[in-house]
Amino acid sequence: MTDTTALAAMFQQRIDAEEKIEPRDWMPDAYRKTLVRQISQHAHSEIVGQLPEGNWITRAPTLRRKAILLAKVQDEGGHGLYLYSAAETLGVSREELIDQLHSGKAKYSSIFNYPTLTWADIGAIGWLVDAAAILNQIPLCRCSYGPYARAMVRICKEESFHMRQGYELLLTLCRGSEQQRGMAQDAVNRWWWPALMMFGPSDTDSTHSVQSMQWKIKRFSNDDLRQKFVDQSVPQADHLGITLPDPDLKWNAARGHYDFGEIDWEEFFRVIAGNGPCNHERLSARIKAHEDGAWVREAALAYADKQRQRAQKAAA
Amino acid sequence: MSSDLFQYIIRLGDNALINGQRLAEWCGRGPFLEEDLALANTALDLIGRARMLLSYAGEVEGQGRSEDDLAYFRNEREFRNFLIMELPVGDFAFTTARQFFVDAYDYYYYRALQDATDTTLAAIAAKTLKECEYHLRHSSEWMVRLGDGTAQSQARLTRAVAELMPFTPEFFAADEIDQVMQEQGIGVDLDTVATLWNNEVDRVLREAALARPPLSFTRGGGRQGLHSEHMGFLLAEMQSLQRTYPGLQW
Ligand SMILES: [Fe+2]
Ligand SMILES: [Fe+2]
Repeated sequence: MTDTTALAAMFQQRIDAEEKIEPRDWMPDAYRKTLVRQISQHAHSEIVGQLPEGNWITRAPTLRRKAILLAKVQDEGGHGLYLYSAAETLGVSREELIDQLHSGKAKYSSIFNYPTLTWADIGAIGWLVDAAAILNQIPLCRCSYGPYARAMVRICKEESFHMRQGYELLLTLCRGSEQQRGMAQDAVNRWWWPALMMFGPSDTDSTHSVQSMQWKIKRFSNDDLRQKFVDQSVPQADHLGITLPDPDLKWNAARGHYDFGEIDWEEFFRVIAGNGPCNHERLSARIKAHEDGAWVREAALAYADKQRQRAQKAAA
Repeated sequence: MSSDLFQYIIRLGDNALINGQRLAEWCGRGPFLEEDLALANTALDLIGRARMLLSYAGEVEGQGRSEDDLAYFRNEREFRNFLIMELPVGDFAFTTARQFFVDAYDYYYYRALQDATDTTLAAIAAKTLKECEYHLRHSSEWMVRLGDGTAQSQARLTRAVAELMPFTPEFFAADEIDQVMQEQGIGVDLDTVATLWNNEVDRVLREAALARPPLSFTRGGGRQGLHSEHMGFLLAEMQSLQRTYPGLQW
């Protein structure tokens, strides 16, 4: 008992000294659990996040845009891969984590439960969704858990690339025809509020925040990050000539920040609970891909087994 | 001359474009994550190749058509890809077998095209060859894994090979344009490519423990713009935005 207490104290000391915790180091069970939950949720978000944008690959309006979009969606899959690997260092298998996603036990970012209705959505996602992801993720590059922090460094570099590409796509539409500008405005109208929701519940309602801050898994509060997102997005929207769909949005000189309207928390919790516009589609698409691929994975394993046996026989 | 060269490049570009378009449908739907990424990677290479070739075709034509004009504003009968490229993705065995047949063809074709007297095509071929080498290794490994995997994977692959084999003679059916291009030191000798391709297919099928199905019939016509019924749908999807809002920048 005292052993564990001493270990826990030493563990917290290391964290306070900004040392990285590595897979073989002792860590409290709750720390391990929190990380598995957060990293796998993040990995699932990358994988489910391939679907809404993947919806436009075959219809991208130029070959250059097609290549950019395909590469982006591929990057997101790669992010999923790094993150599943980081989670695996904590003693869970990818298979287990994917089962949790499919059974509805594990969550993923609710932003991906909204549909991509026009080509402009691809720009809005890059500009807003990737930007929100970056703000959430940059502090994670300094996360106390080494493998997660290192995965995030690679991921953040690519996310900022995605954001620039998305913004450039929207800028092209906003400098284009009236129809294209309308398409861009409509997409931002639909993605703005869900993007704000990506920072999670308000600090007063956030269940995991305090402990995560102490463990240096989290470094900024949800509301602080959300404010940062609003502050950075307003001038970008102005440059596009896009109106953000919030009548309460205005500069507050006293605070040095933009004030903005109240998020529809009912919608937020409804989508998280599984009742957003595309929750069912997204999950069934993932399950279908997994089930359709079962025979392929079995074949690969069977072949590898045969090869092993042949090698053993040859060696004997 | 320049219209023959234009047609010749268009054929290569269309093969890459239509194959890439189909392969990209796998994105986010692969049998597991690593393979999802590998399929997207090949699709990206193909689209990149299509862009180089269609841009160059537009240049050779000299009427100011861009890669996008050629990809988005030609109709079904003006596309010149082999029929095999436009067939729906099917299951993973079908996709694997198609890629294997195409990758083996591309590998030997572009290896020969490196020596083309047309320096732009030779440079594109050299760049493409590196990708083809990787694609061919990847798809042949899957041929062997599926053929020598489980009873189910073997059955699926056997069916896919039987369905696809009749589309392969089109790879080697030289017409006037091929002849003219070959005389000019641009086109490649398709008989040589056919021999190399057949050897490679036999080798991999043997390793995959699959019999090579006899050819009872053949399908072709892509080079005359006579496509399968699937092509119209593929183009309708691919071209929809450009056709709905023509003349805009995207
Ligand atoms: Fe990502
Ligand atoms: Fe991203």
